[in-house]
Amino acid sequence: MTTASRTPMRRRRPSLLSPRRRRLVVSILLAALCAAWIYPMLWMVSASLKTNAAIFADPGLIPSEPTIENYFRAWTEARIGAYFFNTLFVTIGSVIIVTVAAAMMGYVLGRRQFPGRGLIFGLLVFTLFVPQGYTIIPVLGLLSAVGLGQSLWGVMLATCGGSFVIFVMLFAGYFNQMPDELEEAARMDGVGMVKTFWFVMLPLSQPIIVTVIVMQTLYAWNDFLLPLVVTLANPAIRTLSVGVYAFKGENFVDWGGMTAASTISILPVVILFLFLQRYFIAGLAGAVKG
Amino acid sequence: MTDAALPARPHRKARRMRQTALVYLFLVPGMMVFGAFILWPLVASEWYSLLDWSGFDANPVFVGLANYRELLGDSYFWDAFRRSFIFMLATVPAQMAISLVLAVMLNDKLLKLSSLYRTLIFLPVVTPVAVIGIVMTLMLSPFNGPVNMALLDWGLTQRTIDFLGSPRLVLWTLAVIYIWKWVGVTMVYWLAALQTVPAELFEAARLDGVTGRQVTMYIVLPMIAPFAVVIALISAISAMNVFPLVQAMTQGGPFYSSEVMEVYIFRTAFASAAGTVPRLGYASAAGVFFGLSIMVLTVFQILALRQARRQGGDQ
Repeated sequence: MTTASRTPMRRRRPSLLSPRRRRLVVSILLAALCAAWIYPMLWMVSASLKTNAAIFADPGLIPSEPTIENYFRAWTEARIGAYFFNTLFVTIGSVIIVTVAAAMMGYVLGRRQFPGRGLIFGLLVFTLFVPQGYTIIPVLGLLSAVGLGQSLWGVMLATCGGSFVIFVMLFAGYFNQMPDELEEAARMDGVGMVKTFWFVMLPLSQPIIVTVIVMQTLYAWNDFLLPLVVTLANPAIRTLSVGVYAFKGENFVDWGGMTAASTISILPVVILFLFLQRYFIAGLAGAVKG
Repeated sequence: MTDAALPARPHRKARRMRQTALVYLFLVPGMMVFGAFILWPLVASEWYSLLDWSGFDANPVFVGLANYRELLGDSYFWDAFRRSFIFMLATVPAQMAISLVLAVMLNDKLLKLSSLYRTLIFLPVVTPVAVIGIVMTLMLSPFNGPVNMALLDWGLTQRTIDFLGSPRLVLWTLAVIYIWKWVGVTMVYWLAALQTVPAELFEAARLDGVTGRQVTMYIVLPMIAPFAVVIALISAISAMNVFPLVQAMTQGGPFYSSEVMEVYIFRTAFASAAGTVPRLGYASAAGVFFGLSIMVLTVFQILALRQARRQGGDQ
């Protein structure tokens, strides 16, 4: 919006606000909006530091008598600690599988001609436009059939399907627009396809890798329906989402414990996003261009 | 690929075969994920929808189209169907507009703290719905909840409002929360689209003495318009997957007034809260029927957009 005013060059038409002033107004607007935007989260963190009695009695954001007792209770009694590691297992496992599988598939789809390529592309695009929440029953049926219907491994594997097609498309598009000379040179040097992929192409696709890691982490960490059904009969393998949800159902007056558990469960993804957000947006932009 | 460019060698054919085999080998892990968790469920749903089946350990009985026939007469199904579409129509346009305004504001590289603002707006996206369920239930609570307290203090209402407990309000409350949660993602899509506008265009416009708003209206927006199609499609399909939010906040209640399609499917397939028998086949039929409706809608959307673009190109 305001990029036109990047240089000190004077505008020809008189304007109400100078570029700098307008930027200031936008800044103030955004700051106010963001404060309101994240108020629920601030309120949540604040409540997690108050005793249950003080949450509604002491409406201020800064607790007058801060306590971290809620966190101990959530971590041990509500088993948020165990759920945390369950979620970590599901997330890390699915991120590894998805990144490797999507990169390999995207590589051959983007750079090789082979019989069946068009068919695979067609299938990928077709499934992109079918909503996913309606396929939970067959997924669960499949997991049950292979004995993973009530296991964390089942959750991890099925979580890989979430946005897989989009990831393959991102990789295929990115590899497709790379100059041919790179592979040409590798072939001249007698380097095989596997090594070319692993040592040349994969390192070059870093922006897409970061995008995929961020998107899959968000998906796995937030996923709810699948872990909910898989863990219905087996509370020990709940993930954080399901654990927090169940906590609400079981201890519906322990708001302090609930908000503490909530805070624990959003912290890792918030930190991850803080560190990777620049690469994430750049990666998506690169993918859009490609 | 370009093997023909290489000088012919005696082992060329063997090498070529190995290359092709390797290509397929590269596809194996991806196709396993795709086949098992994306393609198979789509195919299996159709089959399941023809069965009377009360659980994975029960014996399914083939009943033909009976599930579909029953579905067409089930008013709960049609209510959920309608709600899902209302929800989509209520959220997608607002989500697209709000996120576009935010993205245009935040795309200014000279704006201080813009990456902080981005992160803050993205915060609800990374927050699990279960957490949002807890926080929002607290925030909107009619008993001393901060939102109601504020509304009372400012004199905007005389009585507390039961945002999540009133059958009339609950779907709209959920829609607002949904927009709040997901605007960050759409904003990132717009930001990515904005990166494709070449800087030279801004340069040229500036030299011609065009104002910032004019640049936005006449240069930036038309350039990123093609992306709007894709973003709208993604947003519309996402808006159909609201199960987590609704389940975490209201579980479809009060009195089924926020029961959208996915919640209906979950309830008929798994929920035994009401003491009913799980009906996997019937739930699958609901899923297939709804999935097909959405696909038809998507295809229509794409065709309409193609038409619009073709006409636009003629100008």
